[in-house]
Amino acid sequence: MKFSLGKWLLPLYTLLALIFLMVPIVYTFVFSFNDSQKSNITWRGFTFDKWLNVCQVQNGAVCEAFGNSILIGVVATVAATTLGTMIAIALVRYRFRFRSQTSLLLFLPMATPEVVLGAGLAAQFLSVGVPKDMVTIILAHTMFCISFVVVTVKARVAGLDPALEEAGRDLYGSATQVFARITFPLLLPGILAAALLSFALSFDDFIITNFNSGPVTTFPKYIYVSAARGIPAEANVIASAVFIFALVIVITAQVSRAARAKRLAKQG
Amino acid sequence: MAFAAFSAGTTGTEAAPRRKSPIALLLLLPGILYLVLFFLAPLVSLLLTSFQAPSGFGDVGQYSYAFRWENYVEVITAYWPHIMRSFGYALIATVLALVFSYPLAYFIGVKARAWPLLQSLMLVLVIAPFFISFLLRTLAWKQLLSDESFVITSLKALSLIAPDAYFTGTPVAVIFGLTYNFIPFMTLPLYTTLERLDLRYLEAGSDLYARPFDVFRKITIPLSMPGIVAGTLLTFIPAAGDYINASRDFLGGPDTQMIGNVIEANFLVLQNYPAAAALSIILMSVILVIVSIYVKRSGTEELL
Repeated sequence: MKFSLGKWLLPLYTLLALIFLMVPIVYTFVFSFNDSQKSNITWRGFTFDKWLNVCQVQNGAVCEAFGNSILIGVVATVAATTLGTMIAIALVRYRFRFRSQTSLLLFLPMATPEVVLGAGLAAQFLSVGVPKDMVTIILAHTMFCISFVVVTVKARVAGLDPALEEAGRDLYGSATQVFARITFPLLLPGILAAALLSFALSFDDFIITNFNSGPVTTFPKYIYVSAARGIPAEANVIASAVFIFALVIVITAQVSRAARAKRLAKQG
Repeated sequence: MAFAAFSAGTTGTEAAPRRKSPIALLLLLPGILYLVLFFLAPLVSLLLTSFQAPSGFGDVGQYSYAFRWENYVEVITAYWPHIMRSFGYALIATVLALVFSYPLAYFIGVKARAWPLLQSLMLVLVIAPFFISFLLRTLAWKQLLSDESFVITSLKALSLIAPDAYFTGTPVAVIFGLTYNFIPFMTLPLYTTLERLDLRYLEAGSDLYARPFDVFRKITIPLSMPGIVAGTLLTFIPAAGDYINASRDFLGGPDTQMIGNVIEANFLVLQNYPAAAALSIILMSVILVIVSIYVKRSGTEELL
């Protein structure tokens, strides 16, 4: 009896823990179908309206905020992924002075609370006299994404077999050819993972954005500002759609990785 | 999603012999320059701002550079409870997240090894909260646990809590929110170390007649230390600086305001930039001291 209890306790706990983690997600999803008026707190019946007419509430304020978030996320992701990938390659492949200082500079932004990063940038923009707008948000997001890109891509560069590049050089490939045809394609999965992570971090960031956005509204800022007077169900629609989209990407990546592992195992 | 940072850093793989080349400088310079401009320089201007004195005719938001160290004395006296509360709440939330996550990560990383598909499905579920807006999932809890909610009314009907008890606006609610929101940051690094745990060590322990509890305490825990350190830091740091959960429109109330709320209010509402900057410097310094002591004592420096 004691044995079987011990055997079932952990799986049961895991199941309950995962259900607990899903509770607010399910709630947000369910309330995106709520036939609510102004605020979306009590259940008033099922409707598809909010999904079909997302942009009609408040003259499209939700969609405008969502659009801003996408634009900021894309630009910051491209910038951070480019800068971070370059650093990651240099860190693994080359010797240089001030190596430990460089690592510290890359680690510190991840160990600094967001409120400090946000207030610091805002204080700097204030003292230099830069007005806060879309550009300041993008500058801020790029900053905190770089470190995450570096660690993600670094692991991939470290796992790269140098023999593959040597083979390319032995076959008279130029430095550019070797990079474009061998190094870059091999690093691509790591770079894509880093880009997705950057985009997710940027898209959901509120704290740093709040300090550096001025009049610009992003999706999280829209929710924060509306929290006091009630959030329309349309916000739940956008959040749920983003959730499903992200889930599909992650599951596709997992499945294709599993399939590739199987294929490689077969080839022996 | 910061887990990737720490979990990937633990492998410490060394690649081919490193060369010296001017290309390295070319690759490093843009990114490093960017971080100097938009990370280091802001910290310096934060430090400078924290010593500023009011200027002009005492207009709101007008300050000039000075060395007014009294700013620090003033914010510490005024906001002592908020500072203590932040670190207290963050500490409790971190411990709760660790207790919640360890068995979960153990099951996914050790027990579920034989079923890779189930393993990756459970991992996706662990990170799923990241895919829904941080603010909306916190508001979801607020509504699920509000006074008129099904959960609270049924607990009252069953006399499990006092009829006049309330949840939102209390320290319990804020700590609950902090714990929930940062659980994935704890579970993922724990999972990465437990997934690599060599089970033969555990077998050796029980072969030498150690009781299961002793095997766990003397072998499993020490071997999973890198994950525990990474997870607790990844939970503690954002929790100590968070101001969403403690905000009045979310799970907090007037008596649950944390240091982040005070920094936000001073900077964005009151335009008392020196006070906000001094508080930020205090928060950052305390965290850096805690991180360095903690990392040194647990012997996991290679993590960084």
